[in-house]
Amino acid sequence: MNGIEETNSLPPEANSLVNKDVAIDFASAVSAPKSLFNWRDVKERLIYYTLLGCVLISVLTTIGIIVLLLSESFSFFKEVPLRQFLTDTQWTPLSADQHFGIMPLVAGTSIILLGSSIVALPVGLASAIYLSMYADQRVRKVVKPLLEVLAGIPTVVYGYFALTFVTPILKTFIPDLSIFNALSASIVVGIMIIPMVSSLSEDALTSVPRSLKEAGFALGATHHEVATKIVLPAGLSGVIASFILAISRAIGETMIVTLAAGSTPKLTLNPLESIQTMTASIVSISIGDTPQGTIEYKTIFAVGMMLFIITLLINMIGQVITRRFREVYE
Amino acid sequence: MITEDTAFKRRIKRRAMMNIGFHATVLIACLIGIIALVVLLFDIFNKGFSWLNWNFLTSFPSRLPQRAGIQSALAGTLWVTTITALLTFPIGVATAIFLEEYAPKSRLMSIIDVNIANLAGVPSIVYGILGLAVFVRAMALDRSILAGALTMSLLVLPVMIIASREAIRSVPSSLRVAFLAMGATKWQTIRHVVLPAALPSIFTGSILTVSRAIGETAPLILIGALAFVAYTPRSPMDGFTVLPIQIFSWVQRPQEDFTHLAAAAIIVLLAILLSMNAVSVWLRNKYEKRNRP
Repeated sequence: MNGIEETNSLPPEANSLVNKDVAIDFASAVSAPKSLFNWRDVKERLIYYTLLGCVLISVLTTIGIIVLLLSESFSFFKEVPLRQFLTDTQWTPLSADQHFGIMPLVAGTSIILLGSSIVALPVGLASAIYLSMYADQRVRKVVKPLLEVLAGIPTVVYGYFALTFVTPILKTFIPDLSIFNALSASIVVGIMIIPMVSSLSEDALTSVPRSLKEAGFALGATHHEVATKIVLPAGLSGVIASFILAISRAIGETMIVTLAAGSTPKLTLNPLESIQTMTASIVSISIGDTPQGTIEYKTIFAVGMMLFIITLLINMIGQVITRRFREVYE
Repeated sequence: MITEDTAFKRRIKRRAMMNIGFHATVLIACLIGIIALVVLLFDIFNKGFSWLNWNFLTSFPSRLPQRAGIQSALAGTLWVTTITALLTFPIGVATAIFLEEYAPKSRLMSIIDVNIANLAGVPSIVYGILGLAVFVRAMALDRSILAGALTMSLLVLPVMIIASREAIRSVPSSLRVAFLAMGATKWQTIRHVVLPAALPSIFTGSILTVSRAIGETAPLILIGALAFVAYTPRSPMDGFTVLPIQIFSWVQRPQEDFTHLAAAAIIVLLAILLSMNAVSVWLRNKYEKRNRP
């Protein structure tokens, strides 16, 4: 990526030309009358500020999210002490006996996170190794678009699949599985993030310099040895970055867990039971039409802030690792 | 000597076997994703195809599965998607132009870069929370199509920006320099050289981005898109439902028939998404052919 950017941006001499507006001066000296030139200059400025205004929308979105989550969470924590929020073992914001302990939701999210990682990380990495080391061009031309389709399927469809297909099949093997369970949801969340792991990991593995691989083959190493002892260690930081970004997707996933994992917040790590994740709890509170200013309404923001902070931290770590990996190979 | 030779041959053989075993393992892993896709599609067609007919497309939702249809959901999806596309496309492309062509290499700009990458990674439900507080409550747009479309626009804008930036970046700088050298201003260069060259690839990216908005469910649940809409929305201020929400509410019903209805609606949703995908692939191929020397 960095390489493309560098080769395509203007060379330094051209940049200085543009910056000093030499090109414009030249044009006006040759043909354009003075008044037209001024108008053109005003127009250029106007366009510059219009474009800048569009950039500000993204900045404002971030500021909006942070200010909103902070202010509403602040008034939430005025009613529910932070200590209780972090240590209470019950989450019952909608019942008469209200408890606001985030632990059961964190436990629910953790099960989904662990389960989907067990499915997606090995499968995604192995697919990436297959595509970058073994598959020939024709196979790649078929497999990669199919994985893209898998990545483009809406999450509500995955939720349907988990509830009406995966759960009944699991139930024939595990009879005491509840209809809503974390196991089925984690498997399907895992399937959902396989394409993400495989495509990002494949990018990392194929960007390992060809000379390293060729050197391995020249020494008589098999494909297996080149893959595991040369390519994988060299591309490791990119692979780890793909893992981290996939994990962040799994944490933020909403529809699969809402449909298939149930809505009973429970402080458990047993995947056979019905649980509730942070995302699903936001959905379940918001479905029951909550008037502004009530504690239930503020709860949405408090959980949302937890979710935002967790995914933001994970994404930042992923980006730092990706950037380091780029520096090594460009 | 003879024993050493056989030991060596045995080791070679073992390494070759290891390679075959590893090859088989990664091949199977790669097939898992594809098998999952095939099974998912087969299951949905199996359950939903017989429920798919003209009446299903032109009826409103109903308590009776036999009479239920997706007309209001289709109309809602069309409304929300169109407004989202109209809002995101110009803003996304404009942001991309600024960041690629105008922005100086400064600390502030690299912060904006990181910011956009982070926005793309924010869970979609957080955008739903933002939409609920800002558009539905603060701006009092209520549960209207406009509130939904604005929320969706914020959600897909970062993706649109990233896709457009890549398209603009891949325009060779020699074209820009040549045009500037002929006395064109910066904007004239962008307008007549950079944008025409980048546009096919921007279109490809924006089709894929908009298709993401079509499949999103969680943010619209948050802003309160109604599940039971028995009318066709006529203006952006009307209440609405969209296909994913309709599917969501049918999947949650315990009766078997509603599962089949959900499957039928999923077929329609996937058909829309796959045809958008096909258009973008077709555009990409056409563009690549044109640029081949």
